[in-house]
Amino acid sequence: MAAIEVLDLTKTYGELQAVDAVSLEVAEGEFVGILGPNGAGKTTLLEMVEGLRRPDAGTATVLGLPVWPRNADLLPRMGVQLQASAFFERLTAREQLHTFASLYAVPSATADEWLERVGLDDKAGTRVEDLSGGQAQRLSIACALVHDPDVVFLDEPTAALDPQARRNLWDLLSGLNNSGRTVVLTTHYMDEAEVLCDRVAIMDSGRILQVDSPAALIRRLDAPARITVAPGAVGLEEARGIAAVDDVQESVDGVVLTTRDPAHVVARLAERDQLDGVRVQTGTLEDVFLDLTGREYRA
Amino acid sequence: MSSTSGRPSSRSAFVALSVAIFKGFLRDKGAVFFALVFPLMFLVLFGGIFSDQDQSKVDLIQVGDVALVDDLPEGAAEAFADTFEVTTSDDLADALEQVRKGDADVAIEQRGDELVAHYTQTEQVKSAITQGTLRAFVDATNVAQLAAQTGEQPAYSFEAVSVEDDSLTAIQFVTPGLLGWAVAMSASFGAAATLQGWRQSKLLRRLQLSPVSTSTMVGARVAVTIAVALIQMAIFLGLGSVAFGLTLSGSWWMAIPTLVVGTLCFMAIGLLAGAIAKTTEGAVNMANFFVLPMAFLSGSFFPLDAAPAWLRAFSNVLPLKHLNEAMLDVMVRGEGPSAALVPIAVLAAFAIVVTAVAARLFRWDTA
Repeated sequence: MAAIEVLDLTKTYGELQAVDAVSLEVAEGEFVGILGPNGAGKTTLLEMVEGLRRPDAGTATVLGLPVWPRNADLLPRMGVQLQASAFFERLTAREQLHTFASLYAVPSATADEWLERVGLDDKAGTRVEDLSGGQAQRLSIACALVHDPDVVFLDEPTAALDPQARRNLWDLLSGLNNSGRTVVLTTHYMDEAEVLCDRVAIMDSGRILQVDSPAALIRRLDAPARITVAPGAVGLEEARGIAAVDDVQESVDGVVLTTRDPAHVVARLAERDQLDGVRVQTGTLEDVFLDLTGREYRA
Repeated sequence: MSSTSGRPSSRSAFVALSVAIFKGFLRDKGAVFFALVFPLMFLVLFGGIFSDQDQSKVDLIQVGDVALVDDLPEGAAEAFADTFEVTTSDDLADALEQVRKGDADVAIEQRGDELVAHYTQTEQVKSAITQGTLRAFVDATNVAQLAAQTGEQPAYSFEAVSVEDDSLTAIQFVTPGLLGWAVAMSASFGAAATLQGWRQSKLLRRLQLSPVSTSTMVGARVAVTIAVALIQMAIFLGLGSVAFGLTLSGSWWMAIPTLVVGTLCFMAIGLLAGAIAKTTEGAVNMANFFVLPMAFLSGSFFPLDAAPAWLRAFSNVLPLKHLNEAMLDVMVRGEGPSAALVPIAVLAAFAIVVTAVAARLFRWDTA
C-alpha cells in the first residue's frame, strides 16, 4: 500500500498557479525529496498533503486516509516540521520537547531520549531563542518525531544553515526511514536530495517535472562525461585520437575531454601515464534541471 | 509499523499547554513589567501621594496663653487635637523662625481678643487647612459666647465631616481603577502577542497538525490569562491593604467574577488587535492604542465626576468603565453583590461581540 497518494492537487493564489495538477505516490518506508528552486510550490504542495491547506482541486491521502478535512485519527501518525521554527516562546529545549510529547501522550522519558538522539542533551536547559540555527532545526525535528510517527514531513529542514551544520543534519536525517518510516522532505539543495533521497521529484512553477532515483534521473539525461587533466598532460591532437572522445577543449584548468564512455578514455590515459590531475565529472541533478526547464538552476 | 502514541487526553494536553504558556509569560520581562510592576508603580505613586496629604497633622506652636484654644469645649478640643499637633512655646521669635524653616506649619498667639496665626504660603494645602480650621474655631467660640450671653441657641450650627472617612480615600478609589487597567493591559497584550507570535512562528499551524483540539488550545490560553488576572488582584489588594490602609467592603468577593469576565472581554480586544495587526509588536501596540486612552476615559487614573457630561456619557460605551465601576461598587463603596451583575452582563456582551469580529478577521497565516 502506498503511504501517500496525491492526485491532481491544485492550488491557485489569485493569478499565481502555486501548485498545478500535481500527482505523486510515495511507498511505505520510502525517502522522497521534492526538489526545486524557491517559489516552485514545494511548501504549498507539502502543506496540502499535510492537510494544512485545502486544495482547490485534487485529493491527498496519507496512510489510506484523506487529509482534508482535519482528521484527528490521522494526526498522531504524522510527524511535521514546518519551515519556520514553530516553538513555544521562552521555553528551554527540554521543556519544548516535553510539551510536544504531552500533546501526543508520549512519556517524558521518551522525549529525553530524543533530545539525546538529536545531540541536544547538553543544550537541554537552553532557551529555544538562544539555540543556533542548526540546533533549533534539530530540536524541531525531534518535536516532529517524538511520537514515533509513521509518516514524516520535513519542509526545508536545512534551509539557512551553514554547510557544516547542513552535513551534520544529513547524518541525522539519513537514517530516518530505516525502521520503515516514510519520509517526505522539500529542499532546494541538489546535493542534499542526491545524498538523502531514494527518489527525487523535480518541481518547478507548480508542476512536478520528473520523479525517479537521483542516479536514474542523471542516467536518463544521457549527458556526456567531462574528463579534465592538468595542462600539458596530454597533447590536444593526441587526445582527439583516443577512441570514444567526442570533443577536446583547452581551458585554464587543463585539457577537457568530452566522452560518453569515460571508463574507456580514463583507461587509455592511464596506459600512457597521462592522468596527472585527473577529474571526472558526470551529469548532475543540475544538468537534469537544465535539461527539463531549459534554464540554469538557481536555488 | 505501529504508532506507540495516540490521541492524548484533552486534560493532559490542556495542562501541558497551560504550563508552557505560563512559563513563557513569567520569563517575558516586558509582559511581567506591564502586567504587574508598571500598574503597581502607579498604585504606590497615587496611594503614597494622597494618603500623605490627608493623613498628616498640622504642626502648630502655641505661643504663651491662648485662651481660645485652652478654653475650647470638649467636643471642639477633640476635633482641634485631630487637626493640629500642638507644642507650646514662650518665645515668639523662635516660633516664627521654626515656621519659616518649615519645622512647624503655624504659630498662634492671642493679642487681647484677637487670634493671630503666623504661617507660610509655601505649604499651600496646610496653610489653607490652618486658616479655614482656625477661623471655624473662632466662629464657633463666638457663637457659643453669644449664645451664653443671650440665652438663645443659634439658629444654625455647623459640623464638618470629612468626606474621605465615610467613603473614598485616595487608595480606596485608585486601587480598583488601577487593577482594572492592569488586567485590561495584561489580558489584551497577552492575547494579541500570543496570537501574532504563534502565527509568525507557525506554531499555530504546528498545533493544528497535532491531535489537540482548538478548544483545548484556546482554553489553555484563557486559563493562564485568568490566573494572571487573579494574581494581579491578589497583589494589588495585598499591597493596598498592608501598605496603604485599603479596606474592602463586604461583598468585595464579587469583584472576582467581575474580573474574570472583564479578562475575557479584554482578551477578545487583544485577539482583535492580533487579528488585524501584521507583526507581534504591531499587535501589542494596537492593544495599547485601545486600552490606554480607554483607561483615562474610564476613570482608572482619576474620577470622571468633574468631566463634562458628554464625556461621561461616552465612557459608557467603554468596557473598562463598567469593569471599574463594578469593582468600585463591590470593593469599596459597600454595594451589595448585585451591583456587579449589570456590568458583568455588559462585559460579557462586549466579549462575545468582539470575539465574533476577531474570529471573522482571523487568519491562520501571516501571508
